[in-house]
Amino acid sequence: MEILSLLSTGLLEALQPVNLLLIIIGVTLGLFIGMMPGLGSVNGVAILLPITFLVPPASAIIFLAAIYYGAMYGGAISSITLGIPGASTAVATTFDGRPLALQGKASLALVTAAVASFTGGTVSIVLFTIFAPPLASVALSFGSPEIFALMLLAFATFVGLGGDDIPKTVLSICLGLVFAAVGFDEISGAPRLVFFDMTGFMRGINFLVLAIGVYGIGEMLWTIDSTRGKITQTEAKISAKGVLRDARTSLKLGAKGMSIGSLLGFFVGILPAAGATPGSLMAYGVAKLSSRDPESYGKGNPDGVAAPESANNSASTGSMLPMLTLGIPGSPTTAILLGGMVIWGLTPGPRLFSDQPAFVWGLIGSFYVSNFFALVINLCFIPLFIWMLRMPFTILAPMIFVLSVVGGYAATLSMHDVWLMLIFGLGAFFLRKFDYPLAPAVLAIVLGPIAEPTLRQSLLLSSGDPSIFFTRPIAGPITVIAIILILLPLFKKLRDRFATAPAKGT
Amino acid sequence: MATTTKLLSRIVGAAALGFMALTGTVQAQSWQPTKPIDFVIMAGPGGGADQIARFLQSVAEKKKLTSRPLVPNNKGGGSGAEALIALNTASDPNHTILVTLNSFFTTPLRQPNLGIDVMKFTPIAMMGVDPFVLWVHKDSGIKTFEEWLEKVKSTDDYVMGGTGKGQEDSIVIAFLQKAFGIKVKYIPYKGGGAVAKDLAGKQIMATVNNPAETKGFYASGDVVPLLVFSDERMPAFPDVPTVKEKGKDFSYYNQRAVVGAPGQSPEAAAYYQNLFKTIYNTEEWQNYMKTESLSPLWMTPEQQKDYWKVQIERHKELLADMAK
Repeated sequence: MEILSLLSTGLLEALQPVNLLLIIIGVTLGLFIGMMPGLGSVNGVAILLPITFLVPPASAIIFLAAIYYGAMYGGAISSITLGIPGASTAVATTFDGRPLALQGKASLALVTAAVASFTGGTVSIVLFTIFAPPLASVALSFGSPEIFALMLLAFATFVGLGGDDIPKTVLSICLGLVFAAVGFDEISGAPRLVFFDMTGFMRGINFLVLAIGVYGIGEMLWTIDSTRGKITQTEAKISAKGVLRDARTSLKLGAKGMSIGSLLGFFVGILPAAGATPGSLMAYGVAKLSSRDPESYGKGNPDGVAAPESANNSASTGSMLPMLTLGIPGSPTTAILLGGMVIWGLTPGPRLFSDQPAFVWGLIGSFYVSNFFALVINLCFIPLFIWMLRMPFTILAPMIFVLSVVGGYAATLSMHDVWLMLIFGLGAFFLRKFDYPLAPAVLAIVLGPIAEPTLRQSLLLSSGDPSIFFTRPIAGPITVIAIILILLPLFKKLRDRFATAPAKGT
Repeated sequence: MATTTKLLSRIVGAAALGFMALTGTVQAQSWQPTKPIDFVIMAGPGGGADQIARFLQSVAEKKKLTSRPLVPNNKGGGSGAEALIALNTASDPNHTILVTLNSFFTTPLRQPNLGIDVMKFTPIAMMGVDPFVLWVHKDSGIKTFEEWLEKVKSTDDYVMGGTGKGQEDSIVIAFLQKAFGIKVKYIPYKGGGAVAKDLAGKQIMATVNNPAETKGFYASGDVVPLLVFSDERMPAFPDVPTVKEKGKDFSYYNQRAVVGAPGQSPEAAAYYQNLFKTIYNTEEWQNYMKTESLSPLWMTPEQQKDYWKVQIERHKELLADMAK
């Protein structure tokens, strides 16, 4: 009951005219920032942070959180309409969002993304409201072995899928892991895999550069190749009725993806070091794995849009939790928000909830309000995005190219990354020609930098004994499930062989 | 190509200056940033250096001290090597500054192949020095340093966490091991924030951390300070003894300094030196030093360079001791 009264004061705070206005502006800005490839919530929040000194701290964080939220919705839009991930958190959305758009179901994909984002947001806020303080201790109980086990599970969901060619999936993961290892070794501090001694590689390979290369440039080449330069036009109709119908369809077809994404995303989000990008990729993997028809993923399954989109919104709320209660940011964007809180004179940490209830509950209240407005504003803009898709591909292709180059440059402001992105694009095109799945490589470059140090920390803890992953109460079960998932295809193969062998004998 | 452009722009600039001098319009126009300033932080988010950088940025923002914003940029990889390389190869040294800690000295010493000579960097400001404290979790039941020593000696599996081999805390831990004849297992993390979190979560048994990094968990009573490595007892922890009281002549501080990229123009350096002097003298910073237990150690740019020389020599010795 105490929570309810605190929450209602928080909601009242969020609904004050100034805050409400800030939420609407923030969500709209975030939507467009998220849409621009190369600009994600991190950039948006960083750029707009100074503006927040004009308003009281509670309004300031409400504004920044609204941008964060809006960007989570916005990232999906360019992923679906152009096939370029608008933000790193929306990479998984391109897997099925783009195929849907190419089939003329862009509106369904966009509406699904919006509805899923809303669902993910709402579920996570409710979880946040009820469980915030106890969940902080869950985050604390995750040490290196637990986080590594979780990463193993994420990889396993991608390997253990029936649909794709397993050796090719493994190869794709390895390729991603190699790219993830470029740069400085976190543990010894030594530079490694610095190709051609170029200082650009010392910084490591930016994940967004790979993602834009693979999905922006690679996808464009693929479309040109598959249509042989024929002018193609994506059929897309706009009507308010259509949007409503799509909303119903998306709820029906994407329900499972949404529930998986909402829960998994929140959980991954509250772990420091993870964040929304791994959360959305893992949700995609789990949704595909648990699907009765994994083959349809990657070819335009609404669940494949719903899962990552609900997960990234859910994770963005979740990652506020370690920031507020432990003072440890769960994602790059919350790291900047944390800086903001210090500026406003608030000390995040175990005592924030008891010392600053007005601030904390105002923020939580604003999550509810921003989430609602993000949905409404997003749905209003959908016709505009669809209209964009009606352009002939001859116009769209150069646009995709320019946006990809700008996005690649904006991420780090270096030409090195633009060349790298073009090379990745070409490479992705040829790998796709030879039927290599690319999503696992993208997953590996996101999770590699989390998995590697935690693996090494764990092995240091145990003096090199791998049994540490099995004997700890939380890590143990996760590791076992991951290994079963990895071996699943092998079992299936064996079973098939035993099933067919007697048949041959008779 | 790049050099010709630079040369050209210099010639053009010189010509313009000459023209202005001729027409008599030249004023004592001091250098001003023309774009956002890349404010590189030599540590991951959440650690002591990161908190300080963000606080400095906040003061500059609040008081509108810069015409272009300071944009914090965490480069904690490779014990700060990532940040040092970023400064060394900065495309625009006049808009690139770095918040340092002692890995400013240790990383180039440990990795000569990086080709970094810190003496080429531009001194800007010494904002203070940060002491170190030995912490354990309250559930361990350990209340004093002596109890801690006993506990560590009784097991060969005592796990401590830190920010990496050769980093400040590992130097202090190496000293503890040698001076008190103990042995611990050391797990490296990406930043002081992660270390503090894993101590609070009991993933590791003890840490040597700056007070700011562990403050939240100290306030909530989760962690207990046992020993400080400053010259005198710290006002924030008046009951906690110094290592000197335990009979070892040792103290160790983390520098909280701002430096400019190598090749920064004297005008730009003067601008930043002024900026951080102003920040240093604000009430906000003076209060911050008090609440976060930093000690003041203001120096002129020349003194800073001398300080660097001394610190490089001292760290050579400390690292050599560690390797033994």
